Amino acid sequence: MSLAPPGRVPERAPDSRPASGPGSGDPAGPAAAAAPRKTPGRGDPGASTDPGSHAAHGRPATPARRRLLTRGSFPYLLIMPAVLGFAVFKAYPIAASFWISLTTGSGDEQRFAGLANYERLLTDPLFWTALKNTGLILVVQVPLMLGLALLVALGLNSTKVWLRPLWRLGVFVPSLTGLVAAGVMFSVILNRDAGLLNWVLSLFGIDPVNWLGSPFWARVAVVLVITWHYTGYNAVMYLAGLQGIPKELYEAAMVDGAGPVRRFFAITLPQLRPILLLTVVLSTIGTLQLFDEPYVLTGGGPDNSTLTVTMYLYDNGFTYFDFGYASALAYALALIVSVLGIIQVRLMGERR
Amino acid sequence: MTSRGPLLTVLLAGAFGLCVGPFYWLAMAATQDDKDVFSWPPKLLPGGHLLDNLQGLQESIGLTRVLLNTVVVAGVQTVGAVVVSVLAGYAFAKFDFRGRNLFFVLLLSTLVIPDTVMLIPIFQMMMELGLIDTYQSVILPGLVTPFGIFLMRQALRSMPDELLDAARVDGAGELRVLWRIVIPVNRPIIAALALFVFLGAWNQFVWPLIALRSPEMYTLPVATATLQGLSTTNYAHVLLASALAAIPVMALFLVLQRQFISGLLAGATKE
Repeated sequence: MSLAPPGRVPERAPDSRPASGPGSGDPAGPAAAAAPRKTPGRGDPGASTDPGSHAAHGRPATPARRRLLTRGSFPYLLIMPAVLGFAVFKAYPIAASFWISLTTGSGDEQRFAGLANYERLLTDPLFWTALKNTGLILVVQVPLMLGLALLVALGLNSTKVWLRPLWRLGVFVPSLTGLVAAGVMFSVILNRDAGLLNWVLSLFGIDPVNWLGSPFWARVAVVLVITWHYTGYNAVMYLAGLQGIPKELYEAAMVDGAGPVRRFFAITLPQLRPILLLTVVLSTIGTLQLFDEPYVLTGGGPDNSTLTVTMYLYDNGFTYFDFGYASALAYALALIVSVLGIIQVRLMGERR
Repeated sequence: MTSRGPLLTVLLAGAFGLCVGPFYWLAMAATQDDKDVFSWPPKLLPGGHLLDNLQGLQESIGLTRVLLNTVVVAGVQTVGAVVVSVLAGYAFAKFDFRGRNLFFVLLLSTLVIPDTVMLIPIFQMMMELGLIDTYQSVILPGLVTPFGIFLMRQALRSMPDELLDAARVDGAGELRVLWRIVIPVNRPIIAALALFVFLGAWNQFVWPLIALRSPEMYTLPVATATLQGLSTTNYAHVLLASALAAIPVMALFLVLQRQFISGLLAGATKE
């Protein structure tokens, strides 16, 4: 308000925008504003040149030729690149992938096969192995990582800690690394005979662990590497959430005699719920699509113990060029991701 | 109560060590002779083979060309994706138009669809367009980032309308408002978005691995992965390649960390 020259726009009021202003997601509201939008007021200054949301009664008329880009057409110009890209690289591939999943054959000899790929998928032991591996990693890794991230965030949020910016910087650094760089680095660090980790363990008298060579430890290694990679990122998200919690809530709770544990469960966790939900959903999506780390670390081995669904999809699509089956795998994965996402939003979002 | 400070500090320093320690080791290992990478105990001081290893990488993967490819791909993709995101984010944040909510929801819903679903059709499309093994094939699919558009919309919504209207009243056209007001005022958040996109573009692996065929087109992550697949892997070289991949991103992050973290927070806390 204060930024507008007051003498020239006497009647402007900040709340003259409809409550359905941009992004409120209310489809009913904009209907009122929509009417003038279709006639963007070209050469009709009386009808207001900015349709919809603004009251511009006091505005001096502007010559029509200076209004080539009216507010009516301008937003469409703005979103045009996004719409084009969306159509070509999102909408079309999502639809095409479904069609391909109904075909068999390779290269130019794709032919319609109905649900054959999906039937094959249900009886394919490797698919179930991959799904089991992925699920196992998900169930162990996501709670471990998010729990650690919350602890780190609580620590970083404490004013009693010295050198906070340094620690915050440090824990965030791993999430900057590419998956390949991290994978390569850890494939050497986890080396059985000469790796850094086994050397550190030996300092504590622990025998060398065959990190990448045994099915059990290979899974542990994958979990460790992903946890290393993303914990700091989630911690910084939580830190943001913690800093947004009003101090008064804690003060009031302390007056009421609530101890630290009580305050954590009664204030901190509920206040963090939106961000917790976001990180749970994002981590779940990410873990279900796990590819790079096992690809670089273990190649899916030993004995397929770290084969993930996306790796199996990649093998079928780009090693055997079985696009139909790979697309069916992709859709099965998409289905699992969506269902889990919906369940999580339901479980965590409902008690708001 | 007062004794908690030192304890927490020590714990956080431990977390810091776990996070940063591997990088220290990586930097040291990248300067060793191949044999010394696997020496026991590990060498934790710089070796004298950095230049040898750089030369080895130049011979095995054509390091300069691979770096150039990565810079071109990540640079162009970043600029393109930021432009698309700023334009669309501004439209979603500040304009009412028919179809706005529908398109925004469609766009966001693609966030939950695994990227792998799209790999094969995009691969086929690129084959038919004859773009496989070109920069375009890697760059184009990354130009529309639902996350980027979402982030920009969140950020631009908090810009006061009075600011925009004041410029309009003064006779500025819409493009001028965008260029002279919206972009300068939001430069920090746009810088944060650019960092996010650059991070993803610089490190992307699966799609370039599929889209690129010839070694002289490879980006650094793809070249690094192929190096490691060789039976006679020179680990000093692979580790140096990994270190080289990490250095530019970390340098950028150090310079722009305030923007980066505030960008992360903008996406996380609003709405």
